[in-house]
Amino acid sequence: MAKIWTRQAVLRALDDAMTDDPTVILMGEDVAAAGGPFKVTEGLLAKYGAERVIDTPISEMAFMGAAVGAAVCGLKPVVEIMFIEFLGVALDQLTTQAATMRYLSRGRLTAPLVVRASAGAGQGFGCQHSQMLDHWVRGTPGLKLAVTSNARTTYGLLRSAIEDPDPVVVLEPRILYSEREEYEFDPSYRIPLGRAEVARQGADATLVTCGAMTRVALEAAANSDANIEVVDLLTIWPWDRKTVLQSVERTGRLVTLEEATASAGWGGDVVSAVAMEAFGKLKAPPHRITLPDAPVPYNGGLEARYLPSAAYVTEQVAALISTNKSPAPWWRNAA
Amino acid sequence: MTVSDSNSPLARREALRNRRDQLQRMVEIRGVENRIQKLFAEGHVRGSTHLANGQEAVSVGIARSIDPDDVVTCTYRGHGHALALGVTPAGVIGEICGRTIGCAGGVGGSMHLVEPSVGLLPTAAIIGAGLPIACGAAMAARARKNGRVAVSIFGDGSANIGAFHEALNFAAINKLPVIFVCENNLYGEYTRIQLSTPIEDIALRASGYNMPGIIVDGQDVDKVAEAMAEAVQRARRGEGPSLLEMKTYRYSGHSRSDPATYRPAGELDRWLKRDPINIFADRLIAEQALSPGGLEQMQAETNEAIEQVVAEVLDSPAPDMREIFAHVSGESPGGDQRWSFWGR
Ligand SMILES: Cc1ncc(C[n+]2csc(CCOP(=O)(O)OP(=O)(O)O)c2C)c(N)n1
Ligand SMILES: [Mg+2]
Repeated sequence: MAKIWTRQAVLRALDDAMTDDPTVILMGEDVAAAGGPFKVTEGLLAKYGAERVIDTPISEMAFMGAAVGAAVCGLKPVVEIMFIEFLGVALDQLTTQAATMRYLSRGRLTAPLVVRASAGAGQGFGCQHSQMLDHWVRGTPGLKLAVTSNARTTYGLLRSAIEDPDPVVVLEPRILYSEREEYEFDPSYRIPLGRAEVARQGADATLVTCGAMTRVALEAAANSDANIEVVDLLTIWPWDRKTVLQSVERTGRLVTLEEATASAGWGGDVVSAVAMEAFGKLKAPPHRITLPDAPVPYNGGLEARYLPSAAYVTEQVAALISTNKSPAPWWRNAA
Repeated sequence: MTVSDSNSPLARREALRNRRDQLQRMVEIRGVENRIQKLFAEGHVRGSTHLANGQEAVSVGIARSIDPDDVVTCTYRGHGHALALGVTPAGVIGEICGRTIGCAGGVGGSMHLVEPSVGLLPTAAIIGAGLPIACGAAMAARARKNGRVAVSIFGDGSANIGAFHEALNFAAINKLPVIFVCENNLYGEYTRIQLSTPIEDIALRASGYNMPGIIVDGQDVDKVAEAMAEAVQRARRGEGPSLLEMKTYRYSGHSRSDPATYRPAGELDRWLKRDPINIFADRLIAEQALSPGGLEQMQAETNEAIEQVVAEVLDSPAPDMREIFAHVSGESPGGDQRWSFWGR
């Protein structure tokens, strides 16, 4: 097996999808001639031509809207939003137009487009280039939202997203692009949207996570005395209640690990479902590990503190298991 | 910081009245940008930085034509503008190195410089964000009834984002005292202007919004200042906004990781022949405001001063963890530090 960079998995997924389906097109800033700001579209212009691999002006609203129109009328656009924050200037086209196309046409029209965006913190890009912002789209009826966690899930989720009949947002944690793992490409490999994965089995607590936090969760579990089950949600809207509930019913404890502010994180949704449907099986209150309700700081020491580390997660989960009480977040003592 | 502090942003701004100091400021910008590049290589800078070497005349020309009470919005390519407006080298380099002496206390980084005392709102990392904000600043300026104006600085690539068009229209129908300054450096990221924009002169877009659209030699600080002064007077007279297009060039790539291989051969060399610092230095020599060889001496002295600032920055503390929570909202720790735009 070869070591595959996550960014190679993006490229390979796009490449294979374009080979398999001639209606797939790519649009975005510097995706064609320059091969992509993160080099995830390198070579595609040469291979598929300028009709299918399209450099756009700095006009996210225009190319997101064009993707909606093209999708409705038979193409399968894959749009790159370089940093998820840039979706802000194009949000209407996605969350209000694309998301209601099927509904308003009573099923006669759909907008099967994919929005790929790099997202997340950890690299010193500052507060306007480091957020996940999944809450901008999560919960929008008509949209789906997936988050990649390594090379394999990147390939599997992107291929499924491109084949999906509805608009799908795929968040790619930027910090993972330059990470490698053992992986063998298989053009038929897919991860069905809406399905979570048990990334590690355990009996004492269920740690539900996604994206770049998955590797943090796995490291925390590996370093823990307790036996922690790690669930990688993969699709966070709509999310896989069945896998999560089955796991929590077995372990009796739920912890979410979210790269999201405490007040906007997807974990609130997971906790409420577990509280409502598995209350009797819980040995401890559901617990959430999140970011504080504060912007992402630039300074390296502050950003490292701001993001949950594996050691912190291990500590939090251990405290929950030993006391069956929800431990305070680090900032309660710091502030 | 007080006005009497000779190194305060305000004092540095006032120094720009002197032509020799204008040249010195351009030299300082070049020196700071070059040093930041090096600091990046040395591992002191995180994320990304966007340098503006080659564009110094635009920064200084704007800064010398407006007052510290006038408000400026600008982009991530803002180190030069911040320095020109008065932010100290320690404020800029400190911010880029994430230290408390940085102008945003080290929580902002390279793309987010700020200094209300000289009118600089936090520089924005989102294309187009500053233009509508400048419209609002101009509304407030008009409400203040003291002849203030707002300036928004952005790139050629930014003329293709919706906010550009909405802001120009909004400013025009409201006759707002705002000056839109487009730094046309021919590239947006790795794409040359003719591949993203159907016109080479962004100034043409002004006609659709019924405002003056002026093309300016952005490598000549006097030309920049003259065009700015005229637009500012027009704005102060209540005649509304202008769009100024500064023809300029960035010597470096888009950001630290970009070697700029997409540029046609010879293009950089042609622009280097019209270097804004050399053009202005030659003029000052002709005016006998600078002795022959004076530029080299100025560069040596400035670079030495920058080295001292770098040493000071690298010796200075990183922000405390509590700064993560400070100033998030009015209820957050940090105290009430609000700048009053009405006070002066
Ligand atoms: C809404 C949005 N889209 C894309 C970007 C990414 N981006 C940052 S700088 C840049 C190029 C801007 O070019 P230009 O306006 O000419 O300014 P310059 O960098 O040349 O100063 C792009 C596309 C962004 N910051 N915001
Ligand atoms: Mg440009």
